[in-house]
Amino acid sequence: MRWKPIRLIPDDTKYPFMRLSRFGFFLSGILCTLSIALFIFKGLNYGIDFKGGTEIQVRGTQTVQMDDLRKKLDSIGLGKVELQQMGTGNDVLIKVAAQAGDAEGQISQKKIMEALGPSFEKRAANTVGGSVSAEYTQNATGAVMLSILFVLVFLSFRFEWQFALGAVLSLLHDVTLSLGLFSLIGLEFNLSVVAAILTIIGYSLNDTVVVFDRIREYLRRYKAMGLADLIDFSINSVLPRTILTSMATLMALLALFFFGGEVIRGFTSAMIWGVFVGTYSSIFIAAPVLIMLGTKREVSATQAKASKGR
Amino acid sequence: MFHYPRWKTLLILGTVFLGILFAAPNAFEPLGIHVLAQKLGLKPMTLGLDLQGGANILMEVDKKDLTEKVQQQLMGDIRATLREQKIGYTNLAKTSDGVSVTLNKPEDAAKVTPELNKLLQPLDSGILSAGVAVNLFSLTQNNGQYVFAIQPKGFEAKMQTSLKQAIRVLENRINGLGTTESAIQQQGANRISIQIPGLQDPDRVKNLLGSTAKLTFQLLCHDQPSTANALPPPDCAAYPRKEDVDATLAAKMKADPTVKELSDTEKKALPQMWVQTAGLSTVDGADLTDAQPGFDSQTNTPEVTFKFNQKGALRFGKLTAENVGKPFAIVLDGVVESDPVINTPILGGSGQISGHFTIEQTNDLAITLRSGALPAKLVIAEEATVGPSLGADSIRAGVYAAIAGLIFVMIFILLPYGFFGIIADFALIINLILLIGVMSLFGFTLTLPGIAGIVLTLGMAVDSNVLIYERIREEWRHGKTALSAIETGFTAALRTVTDANVTTIIAAVILFSMGTGPVRGFAITLGVGIITTLFTAFALTRLIMAYWVRRYKPKEINL
Repeated sequence: MRWKPIRLIPDDTKYPFMRLSRFGFFLSGILCTLSIALFIFKGLNYGIDFKGGTEIQVRGTQTVQMDDLRKKLDSIGLGKVELQQMGTGNDVLIKVAAQAGDAEGQISQKKIMEALGPSFEKRAANTVGGSVSAEYTQNATGAVMLSILFVLVFLSFRFEWQFALGAVLSLLHDVTLSLGLFSLIGLEFNLSVVAAILTIIGYSLNDTVVVFDRIREYLRRYKAMGLADLIDFSINSVLPRTILTSMATLMALLALFFFGGEVIRGFTSAMIWGVFVGTYSSIFIAAPVLIMLGTKREVSATQAKASKGR
Repeated sequence: MFHYPRWKTLLILGTVFLGILFAAPNAFEPLGIHVLAQKLGLKPMTLGLDLQGGANILMEVDKKDLTEKVQQQLMGDIRATLREQKIGYTNLAKTSDGVSVTLNKPEDAAKVTPELNKLLQPLDSGILSAGVAVNLFSLTQNNGQYVFAIQPKGFEAKMQTSLKQAIRVLENRINGLGTTESAIQQQGANRISIQIPGLQDPDRVKNLLGSTAKLTFQLLCHDQPSTANALPPPDCAAYPRKEDVDATLAAKMKADPTVKELSDTEKKALPQMWVQTAGLSTVDGADLTDAQPGFDSQTNTPEVTFKFNQKGALRFGKLTAENVGKPFAIVLDGVVESDPVINTPILGGSGQISGHFTIEQTNDLAITLRSGALPAKLVIAEEATVGPSLGADSIRAGVYAAIAGLIFVMIFILLPYGFFGIIADFALIINLILLIGVMSLFGFTLTLPGIAGIVLTLGMAVDSNVLIYERIREEWRHGKTALSAIETGFTAALRTVTDANVTTIIAAVILFSMGTGPVRGFAITLGVGIITTLFTAFALTRLIMAYWVRRYKPKEINL
């Protein structure tokens, strides 16, 4: 088999990433501020995992007239009923908040099914009580914190504290921007989105570690090169890999987005955004932080040797 | 690196073969040859409830109800103790967090205190400090007034034992339904998770699981209420009758179809019956050994027949023998089911409860009686039901996404790497098969987010091949020979890939421990996927490359 492989990325690029990183910091600063502002003032569209309530997925015999449905459901005394048409248009997702005196959601479910009448089939139902949702919120926050802490420890052990701090800063950046996006477009924020954010953390770190690994190697090899140049050189060297991997992962995620069904679309959307943000942040946040923190070259060289010998 | 000892080659190929073997049963069912899998003793992946349909219910012990039960029991004990000592008392009542009672003569306190101290219920404090006893109550006395207060730590221990007991009871009930493969287990400190696959009528199961099923046989009191709001005399309790409860409930349901039971206040407003609560006049359902649904031989209405154990039979025999001609009440969860007159002493230790039942109700009542009473009411903390049709749709969507993802990624990797891309694609397919094989072998549950994890793994698995190839290419372009470039490529990439994947494993482990069902499914596939990826990249791909290098001795690298 002899065909000339197609290079998607030119070789020996010499992009001055560290000079560009000033704009990167500026851009990220604005985006993070916007995200935090959105998070504080607009908040997230929490799913029932976090705020409790009942969710029913029903299928009608024909395309559902959403206005009729809304009229029907608004009058049954369950407060604000959220509706969302899914798939072919026969399916609707109905969401109501937890009702006083019906913590178990049974009454809400019955009332809704009765209001809908016999032409609707209940396909799935999900109720989360207040005690559980409070616990989920706590667990989810705890999980994100814990993973960041572990990363800090692992990277200080494998590299140096500057690297660890750079990676964690870029992680915080990714998490903030992910929350910002979810707040901005009002996509439902539920447990699988938290799973997605943790996966983004994993992915973004993966990317950061590949860049750091190269920096560590070049620090040892090119002792005379200036730190900024060296980092630029490292990033350019791994750039083909960075882009190829992100694109391959995006391919898989796009397949999930288009074919994987409605249930995991929130998760997939978060991940797709995460791939962009994660790739960007390892180049424009994690690496420049090394310069700002003044990574010491000699220490880093011995450290690298030590860890290689292990 | 180009020379592989035979055992190493065999080990790698053997692993791949085993992976294919264990993964194979998953393809058998769509092909219609799943009998073959059974013959080989192999199992396909376990599907999560979101894929096969079913109910996932999280229940917790109702704290308020447990508190009340504990208070009621203590009041009974206090009453019995004081009667035994022949000491007069007043104001035996529940307080907000316990029970209080006042002696008629404060000077009796010296005699009573040691006896009442026996009622504090020492409990094993459980997980935190096993073997250390904590009291459920604390007792303070002031001038003949005793106050029992529930201790938070003791209550926690009580919760623990109640939870364990509830799990046993629920197991019996679920098994009584004849559903197979349902799983009941404790989740966290105070919850019970119940998973029932392929459920058709979730409401029935929820009722069955939630009903306390406390059954007692109690003699009627001498006096019966003359006015609506009359207070029962001491040693008597007031319960409404089943007929009245049913009639009121039916009327209410006509007005509002969502009503499923009457509240306690509504029940209290109904005409009451007074039944004796003193120890000797009652027999407890806990002494039942069996209960079966059946039909009354004369009226042909559904009924439940029951049998007592020896202790219960003796007690029941004595009670009925001493009270021939008097009525007694069969009380189930605070409602008088029926109040037959004792015609003859019932010495055989069996009897029946009849009237007011449908066939399904007698079935469920028999199951709940057999399995015993719950220590307290259980409430549903979380519930997720997925119908089988939605599950099937999810599987289809998942499979399409996986196939599409696989094709996208495979084509994508062929473009820049050509011949090497074919090796990567081969490794990718083996990776997928191994992942499925490991999942099947260890009986991990596949959920819809789990499928997402698999598809994502496909994308990220390519990363290790990309890292290796890019490195080889770099080394080659910097003037190394083909052989040395390949060698350096593998060794340099291995370190990077390990470092990078440890971070993803950290995320997977945390996801798993954060663990609720679907998210856990994702964490499992993600974690397993990393391990299979490391294997295919650094054992399999490397073996293929080594073979290729030895066979064709390439002088240049077409990357």
